[in-house]
Amino acid sequence: MAIANKPTQWTPAEVKEEMLKKYPPKVARKRASSILINEALGNTTPEIQANVRTIPGIITMRGCTYAGCKGVIMGPTRDIVNLVHGPIGCSFYAWLTRRNQTDAGENGENYMTYCFSTDMQDSDIIFGGEKKLKAAIQEAYDLFHPKGIAVFATCPVGLIGDDIHAVAKEMKEKFGDCNVFAFSCEGYKGVSQSAGHHIANNQVFKHLVGQNDGAKPGEYKINLLGEYNIGGDGFEIDRILKACGITGISTFSGNSTYDQFASAHKADLSCVMCHRSINYVADMLETKYGIPWIKVNFIGAEATAKSLRKIGQYFGDKDLIDRIEAVIKEEMPAVKAALGDVLPRTQGKTAMLFVGGSRAHHYMELFGELGMKTVSTGYEFGHRDDYEGRHVIPTLKVDADSRNIEEIEVEADPERFAPRKTEEEMQALTDAGFEFKDYKGLIPDMDQGTLVIDDLNQYEAEKLVELIKPDLFCAGIKEKYSIQKLGIPLKQLHSYDYGGPYAGFKGAVNFYKEIDRLVNSKVWGYMKAPWQENPELSATYVWE
Amino acid sequence: MLLRHTPKEITERSALVINPAKTCQPIGAMYAALGIHGCLPHSHGSQGCCAYHRSALTKHYKEPISAATSSFTEGASVFGGQANLLQAIENIFTVYEPEVIAVHTTCLSETIGDDIKQIRDKAEKSGVVPGGKHVIYCNTPSYIGSHVTGFSNMVKGMTEIAESTGRKNGKVNVIPGWVEPSDMEELKRLAVLMNVPITLFPDTSGVLNGPLSGEFKMFPEGGVTMKELREAGDALGTLALGEWCSADAARSLDTRCKVPCRVLDMPFGLKATDRFVDALRTIAGTSVPEEITRERGQLVDMISDSHQYFYQKKVALFGDPDQLISMTEFLVSIDMWPMHLVTGTPGKKFEKRINELTAHLPYEVNVQAGGDMFLLHQWIKNEPVDLLMGNTYGKYIARDEDLPFLRWGFPILDRVGHQYFPTVGYKGGLRLLEKILSLLLDRKDRDDSETVFELTL
Repeated sequence: MAIANKPTQWTPAEVKEEMLKKYPPKVARKRASSILINEALGNTTPEIQANVRTIPGIITMRGCTYAGCKGVIMGPTRDIVNLVHGPIGCSFYAWLTRRNQTDAGENGENYMTYCFSTDMQDSDIIFGGEKKLKAAIQEAYDLFHPKGIAVFATCPVGLIGDDIHAVAKEMKEKFGDCNVFAFSCEGYKGVSQSAGHHIANNQVFKHLVGQNDGAKPGEYKINLLGEYNIGGDGFEIDRILKACGITGISTFSGNSTYDQFASAHKADLSCVMCHRSINYVADMLETKYGIPWIKVNFIGAEATAKSLRKIGQYFGDKDLIDRIEAVIKEEMPAVKAALGDVLPRTQGKTAMLFVGGSRAHHYMELFGELGMKTVSTGYEFGHRDDYEGRHVIPTLKVDADSRNIEEIEVEADPERFAPRKTEEEMQALTDAGFEFKDYKGLIPDMDQGTLVIDDLNQYEAEKLVELIKPDLFCAGIKEKYSIQKLGIPLKQLHSYDYGGPYAGFKGAVNFYKEIDRLVNSKVWGYMKAPWQENPELSATYVWE
Repeated sequence: MLLRHTPKEITERSALVINPAKTCQPIGAMYAALGIHGCLPHSHGSQGCCAYHRSALTKHYKEPISAATSSFTEGASVFGGQANLLQAIENIFTVYEPEVIAVHTTCLSETIGDDIKQIRDKAEKSGVVPGGKHVIYCNTPSYIGSHVTGFSNMVKGMTEIAESTGRKNGKVNVIPGWVEPSDMEELKRLAVLMNVPITLFPDTSGVLNGPLSGEFKMFPEGGVTMKELREAGDALGTLALGEWCSADAARSLDTRCKVPCRVLDMPFGLKATDRFVDALRTIAGTSVPEEITRERGQLVDMISDSHQYFYQKKVALFGDPDQLISMTEFLVSIDMWPMHLVTGTPGKKFEKRINELTAHLPYEVNVQAGGDMFLLHQWIKNEPVDLLMGNTYGKYIARDEDLPFLRWGFPILDRVGHQYFPTVGYKGGLRLLEKILSLLLDRKDRDDSETVFELTL
C-alpha cells in the first residue's frame, strides 16, 4: 500500500529523535544542530547550523565547488568558451546537464552546446598540465575566436600546482582580442557548491564587470542577479519587465552574454533573486559603482507583483508605477482563473522542499498560493543568513573551509562610482518602509513547529516521508526516484522535471497545473495489484 | 543550428577535447558495483564526483542510485583521505547496513596517493567492518582510461573475492560487460534455456529496472551475491564478453583460481550472438534448444525481409569499444556501411578490429580511438550518412544535420526502454533491427514526394 495521506501522529521532537536514532553518536550530535524545530523565541529567529562539512559516508544531496562555479554561475553564459582543465569527467558531467535556456538568435555565438576539456592524462598529472592548457586555449582560440575563454580548475589541478591564472594572463596578452581568465574552483574547496558560486562571482566581478563603458539606452535600468533561466524562467521575467518598460542591463547569469557582465555597472538598481549565490555581487556593485540593491522574488504571482511594485517604488516615477499596475492588472485574471481551477484539488495538501540556497524559500510562495502547507524545508548549500536573515552575517564564524575561499576587497571606483540617489532620497525611501539590501531568510516564513533541516540527506529524507507523509516532496534528480518508490511524488526544483518556466505570471500558471497533475495523478493509486490487496481467495470464479 | 561553430574543415588538435565520446573511470566503477547484491558503491574523493555520477546514472535509468562519498575538504586533500574513508565506512555500515561497500578512487585521492588497500585493512582491523561484511575496492584515477576501464577495474576487483576449493562446481562465469540490466536479464534467460548454470557478474538486473510498488529498498533483490562471487573461483570456466570491459577480470580469475577463460565479443547482432551461444554450449557440454535456434531464425528472417532498406546505408557511430566492435560486425553483416566511428576510450586495438571488420568494403572507414564527437561531426559534414548511432548527446548532431538517430549506448537521457528491452542476443538483434528500420522508413515516408509515397513497404 502506498503511504496513506493522513495527518502525522508524530510530534516534531519525535520526528527529530527518530531521524537521529540510528546515527553513530558523533554523527547524531552533528546532525542535531542542523535539524531545527521552528519555535518562537520571543523576537529572535532560532539559530541553525549551516554551511558546514558534509559527514563522510552520509549520502548527501550536495555537489562540489566546481559544480557551483562552472555549472551554475558560468554555465548559462553562451558566448564564452568554458574550458575545463582536468580529467574528462568534470567537463562531461557539466555538459548541457543544467537546463539554462539561451537565445542566441540565428547567428549569435553559442558555445553552451559544446563541452571543452584538456582531458588530462597521467603524464600531465606527473609533469604538470600548464603546457597542455596553453595549447588547448590556443586551439580553442584558433577554432572559434571567442570574446572570452574561461578556464576552470578541477581537483588535481590545485594539487599539482598548475598556475592557471598565469597561463590565462599570458594567453590574454598574446591574443589581444580575447579575454582569458581562470577560476580556482577545485572540487575539494569549501563544503558545497556555494563556495563555487563565490569563486565564480568574484572572478566575473574582477575580469568582466565594468569592461564596457558604452552607453546603454533605456529607462529604469536594472541588473537581475541570481536568475539562471532554468526552463525559461528568465525569459518570462524579461517579458514582464519589458511590458513594464523596465530595461534589463544584465542577468547574472541566465541567458547572459559577455557584454551583459561587462555593462552591469551601467544599471541603476540591482535586483537579487537567489540570495545565496550572489548577494555579495550586489554588495560589490554598490560599493564600487553606487548601485543600490533590493531582494526580489519572481517565483509566485503575488511575489512577482510585489517585486515589480518594489522596483516601481524605487524609481518613484508615476509613469512606471502606472505601467506596472497595468501589467499586473492585465496578467492577474489568467493567473486567478488557473488557480481557481486547481485550488479545490490542491488546497490543504502538504509539501516538503529541500533544494538549493534560495529556491526552498521562493517556492513556498507558490505552494502558499496553491493552499498547500510547507511542513518541512531546508537548503542543500545555504548559509545561516539564508535561513535566519542578513542580520546574522556579522556574527558568522569563519571556519577552516570558508577561510580558503577568496574574499575580494572592493572600493569605490574613482571614475565610475556614482550614487543613484541622494542620501535624502534613500532615507525617504527607507523611512517609507522600503527595504534596501535586506533579506529576512526562510525561517520567519515557516510555521511554528515545522522542521527546518540543513543539508538533508537520503536517510533523513526517507524518515521524513515515512513519518510525516507529505503529499509532495521537492528536491533534485538524485532524490527523485527513491522518494517516488515510496509512493510520494517528487517535483524536481533544480531541473523542473524538464518543464517550466515557473517564474512570473505565466510561470505560476504552469506551476499550478504541474502540481495539480503531480499530487492528483492516478498512478499513486496503482502501487498494489488486486491480488495483493485481497490475497485471500474467498470464492472461486463461477463461469456463466 | 545548435553546433553552429563546428567547421567542416578538420584541423589537428593536440590538447583540446571537444564534445567527448567518453567520461571518467569512477562512474564505470560505480555502475559495476551496483551489480553486486547489497552493495553500496563509495566514491573516495570530493563529493561532486559522487553527485555527478549518481545524477548521470539516475537520469539514464530513472531509478534511485545510492552511493556514498568521502566528501573530501581542502584539509583532507592536504593531509590524506584516510580519516574520511574510515569514518565513511563506519557511518555506512551503521546507517545503511549494506553487505558490502565497493570503494573506487578518483583523480583527487589518486593524485594525493591514498593507499586504499591499507585503509581498508585498517578499517577491518579497527572493527568498523561488521563480521561477515566486506569492503572491496579498485583504483580508478580519472586521468587514465575512461568510464569503460573504470567499469573493468571494478569487475576485476570483484574477482578478488573468488576462492578456489579445488573442486569444480559445474557453473560457468559470464562477465557481461557494461550492458543494460535488460541485457543481463536476457543473457540469464538464454543460459536458463540452455540449462547452463551461470554466475553473471556484475548483474544490475533487478537493481536498476525495479518496480514501483510503494516501497523503497536501497538494496533491491537483484545483483550477484558475495557468495556467488566467492564460488566463481570453482567455476568450469569464464566467458568474458568484451575485451575492454571484461577480459581483465576473466584473466585475473584464471591467474588466481585457475578458471580458464575465453574472451568473446559482446553478443550484439547475429554473428557475435552465434559465437556466444556456441561457446556457452561447448563449455557446459549441453545442446542448444530449439527455442534459441528458432529465435536465431527469426532474426535471420527479419534481415532477409528488410535487406533492401539496410543495403549500403551509411552509418556514423560513437560509443564504447566493445559495443562498437559488435555493432560494426552486425551492420556489415546486414550490408549496411559503417562510415565513421569514434570512441573516446583509448586503445589502438579498437581501430585495428574495426579496420579488419570493414576491410572488404569498397571505401575507407574513418575510425578513431581517443577521438571526440566534434571530429565525428566534422567527418559527417565531409561525408554525409543515413543514420547516426550513439548516446543522447548525438541528438545535437542529428538535429543540425537532419539525420535519423538511434539512441544506443550510455548515457541515454531523453528516452526510455533500455532498462527493459535488451539489445543483446537474437531477441535484442530483432529489437535493434526494428528500431533501425523504423528510423529509416519514417525518414523515407517523410521525404518521399506525394507521387511516390507508398502504402506498403
